Amino acid sequence: MHLRNQYAVTVRHHILSQYLTHAQRVMVQVPLLATDAPVAPLSQLDQLWFQVGGTRCNLTCKHCFIACSPHNHSFTFLSLAEIERWLIDSVRFGVKEYYFTGGEPFLNPDMPAILGRTLQFGAATVLTNGTVLKDEWLDRLRLAENASIYSLEFRVSIDGFTAEQNDPIRGDGVFDRAVAGVGKLVEHGFLPIITVAQMDESDDAQTLYEGFVKVFQSAGYARPRIKILPALRLGAEVDRCRGYREDECVTKEMLANFDMNQLLCTHSRIVTDRGVHVCPILIESPDSFLGDSLGKAQIGFPLRHHACYTCWQFGSICSNPSASLRDA
Amino acid sequence: MPEFERIAVFGGVYSNYLALASAIEDARGRGVDSMFCLGDLGAFGPHPDRVFPLLQDAGVLCIQGNYDDSIANELADCQCGYTDPRDNHFAQISYTYTLAHTSPVNRKWLKQLPKERRIQLGRQQVLMCHGSPRRTNEFLWESTTSTAFLESLAETYHTDVVLATHTGIKWQRDLSGIRKFVNVGVLGRPENDGCTNVWYALLEAKPQLRVEFVPVQYDCQRLTNEMRSEKLPEEFVETILTGWWTTCLEVLPQKERRRGKY
Repeated sequence: MHLRNQYAVTVRHHILSQYLTHAQRVMVQVPLLATDAPVAPLSQLDQLWFQVGGTRCNLTCKHCFIACSPHNHSFTFLSLAEIERWLIDSVRFGVKEYYFTGGEPFLNPDMPAILGRTLQFGAATVLTNGTVLKDEWLDRLRLAENASIYSLEFRVSIDGFTAEQNDPIRGDGVFDRAVAGVGKLVEHGFLPIITVAQMDESDDAQTLYEGFVKVFQSAGYARPRIKILPALRLGAEVDRCRGYREDECVTKEMLANFDMNQLLCTHSRIVTDRGVHVCPILIESPDSFLGDSLGKAQIGFPLRHHACYTCWQFGSICSNPSASLRDA
Repeated sequence: MPEFERIAVFGGVYSNYLALASAIEDARGRGVDSMFCLGDLGAFGPHPDRVFPLLQDAGVLCIQGNYDDSIANELADCQCGYTDPRDNHFAQISYTYTLAHTSPVNRKWLKQLPKERRIQLGRQQVLMCHGSPRRTNEFLWESTTSTAFLESLAETYHTDVVLATHTGIKWQRDLSGIRKFVNVGVLGRPENDGCTNVWYALLEAKPQLRVEFVPVQYDCQRLTNEMRSEKLPEEFVETILTGWWTTCLEVLPQKERRRGKY
């Protein structure tokens, strides 16, 4: 058997044994792996991510790269006490800012307290679908942000500027609920970043941008902030559209004269209920697990996944624009 | 390492030679030992070549910003690191104009500028950089830069004080012991607060390090007349006349963005 295929089968076996309840989904998304992949060193741990909502979500989006749903319990919530321990430990690594994702982070009952505590350490960004936000949480979070020197950023995922575009992907009625969630954030003085996954490669980014600006301005959000992202061809997206092609991978030649800071894994790690993984996109792959402490996770990572190709193409798509380390 | 007691530090000039002239005059009046500029001499404003004789005649010690690196090496863009298409659109207008109007002699001068400077200010070692000590075009915003990160910079780069600019908005933070981080602000455009003045930083070593941000008034009407004559975007003119940023907004974190009008 070719070495590369042999490795892929081995990895597939590990995944199946660890995540049996999601075997069917995982079988589809196991990427073709190369054993001679170039290694991305960790230059400094600038961003610490938390899979705070596990894989539970109130929505079941058709493009979700880890296929989150109300019934996906493969990763569980992180508690306030757990997050606090990681925050305290993160100080010695000079972490610059913190990100929270899921699943839907606001299904985690500790979320308002977690964000409030994080703002004592650094800036916090939470990635939400905007459909479950409560006024009382936002009141509390606005007070917490006012009391902090750091920003609390909300990133709300919406994948079309009409219900007709968005709802077939994110679910019936979700567009209206998400727009209402954005309105709620704006009422509380936040300036949420609308995160848009480009659902069709032929979609024009400028048209998307202008469409979103128009919709939100007419809904009362005077200066909407829009972030357009490419879709990741993993998880549910494989069925909705397609998986990665075999040639969509990072080679050593592609890294010649390439600014490695464009890759999230050179300055970031993510904590899940199991420990520390290399990046938010790959948590379901067993080789993404780097250890049970931040110290053990200070190692390089081979760019052997097809998803690394998207990061190489577009550069740290998970980070906020304010954290840009782009050359230009 | 050169030693000083009282210095003036200017951030990005962005071709605003009128503000630069006012700042130099103000700093001289305050009896500084020396003046420094942390780079990005061109951009945004008119007649980029007018900045150079002012800096050279006054003996302002400069370092190279990302804009200076681009102009010196005639790169395709300013390396400001914007991600938003609208931001990049306006950045490109500014860059194309500045590159076309910076003389070969001045481009050569930009090329020889150091990327950082180290001085002794009283008992503190000071490291001057453009964006951050590790990356010329890194944005260190007040509301997204943790104290732990700033401590790690001081540790890694063996310094007590880090001085930077690049974001366009001044701020400072005390760190452990005598350590400190200071973003000195910029002379090139107002800092998105509805006021037309710009800022520089005055640092005094004794009895202990004291940082004062100094507001600088200048003839902004004359500057905008010249910007219009040079057909620079009306959006830039509005910023100079109103103090509100109209472009390059998407890189702002929420707290900094909230303070502005757009």
